[in-house]
Amino acid sequence: MLRKSDGFLILSAVLLVLLGGSFADAALGLSRAAPALHAKAEMVEKLGLTDLVLFTEARYTRHPSQADLHSAFQDHPFAMDHFPTGSLLPPPMPRGRP
Amino acid sequence: MRGWLNKQRNLLDFSLSSLSRRRGKTLGMLAVYTAIVFLLASVMLFSHAIRREAATVLAKSPEVLVQRMVAGRHDLIPARHLDAIKGIRGVQSAEGRLWGYLFDPAAAANYTLMVPTNPRIEPGKVVIGDGVVRVRSADPGDLMSFRAHDGSLVQFKVESAISRDSALVSTDLFLVAEEDFRRLFGIAPGLFTDLAISVRNPREVTKIAEKIDAALPDTRIILRDEILRTYESVFDWREGMLLVLLAGSILAFAIFSWEKASGLSAEERREIGILKAVGWETGDVIRLKMLEGLVVSLSAFLVGYLLAYAHVFHFGAGLFEPVLKGWAVLYPKYKLAPFVDELQVATLFFFTVFPYTIATVVPIWRAAIVDPDTVMR
Repeated sequence: MLRKSDGFLILSAVLLVLLGGSFADAALGLSRAAPALHAKAEMVEKLGLTDLVLFTEARYTRHPSQADLHSAFQDHPFAMDHFPTGSLLPPPMPRGRP
Repeated sequence: MRGWLNKQRNLLDFSLSSLSRRRGKTLGMLAVYTAIVFLLASVMLFSHAIRREAATVLAKSPEVLVQRMVAGRHDLIPARHLDAIKGIRGVQSAEGRLWGYLFDPAAAANYTLMVPTNPRIEPGKVVIGDGVVRVRSADPGDLMSFRAHDGSLVQFKVESAISRDSALVSTDLFLVAEEDFRRLFGIAPGLFTDLAISVRNPREVTKIAEKIDAALPDTRIILRDEILRTYESVFDWREGMLLVLLAGSILAFAIFSWEKASGLSAEERREIGILKAVGWETGDVIRLKMLEGLVVSLSAFLVGYLLAYAHVFHFGAGLFEPVLKGWAVLYPKYKLAPFVDELQVATLFFFTVFPYTIATVVPIWRAAIVDPDTVMR
């Protein structure tokens, strides 16, 4: 009969092989994704794109790198940011350049 | 060597039997532990992969962008600014870009309108992103109409759709001809949304930005480096937000596991006493209990990490999607490239497996050095 320790060691070995497999899968996935990444980078270069399409609801969330620093609050004085994405985007970074 | 191995196997057998005597508790602990590792690993894998993808894809975004600011707001920039910039030494090329947003009431979605210079789009035609295809069920040859700034209808014929492979940068794109763009928004010739500039020597970018800033004080300059840093900080922030949300449950788990690992029950105390009474050495008792901790924490780490890997890279990070979507109608369907940072995985391993295992040692040692007779009473 299989000892408990043998069962556990076999299970751990299988999990460790799967862990190693996940790294191999990542390496393989990266080489498979390389043409798509290249195509995306090429499209960015060709069209002059600046941002990822993650949040399309407001201009300052669709193009966070292009929005001016107070665009979230420009609807009227004391306007609150009413898009939920505002809580997922960081406050503007201080700039070291003039 | 063989004797040592046999001893370890016997110890492992004993610790597994000991764990199975408290089956309910052990399985509960294992399930919570695995869930915590799964959540932490999912956040870590997702954030790292999307951060690397953003850096790779946006590495070729415009080198320098110049926007005009009027009363604190982004405004259209006149072509004369373009001439002024072309006169600065070190500027390789400068061109005006036309882009903006169009709300489509039929889909209740915002599109990003752009005028590409290469390839040029014929007037009356449009190239659309995958998201626009989805929300409007549009095929090549279909017609789409929008109201222009003066109320007149502007009609576009769908020429082609952009491949889904590049959805992460193009899902909401609506590429039109310059004439159509100007007609739609009533923008006079000689005005642009912003200016894209390329610099001859990449090391001079900052210097040239300073010169533009000095020559055109009403402008705001955005460097490629700043675009990349924006995304670094967006994903750092988002990872931080998710971790803050998870902090409560992580703390609760830490307290639970510390209590579980460091506080010995009367039954466990008696077990140690009996082991000592039948001749076990203190070192063996400690090794036995450490093995119990290791069995639980190692299994939780391996199962939790593997589930997180499958969740993020094979099931599209479905648990995070509602949080990331916000109010976006045109959320892209994309599959992240599996960028995995081995050092991060090692850090996660260290911080999830070792603390629990070590936490078991102190109370066991304390119980194991006491006289067996006292412990058993």
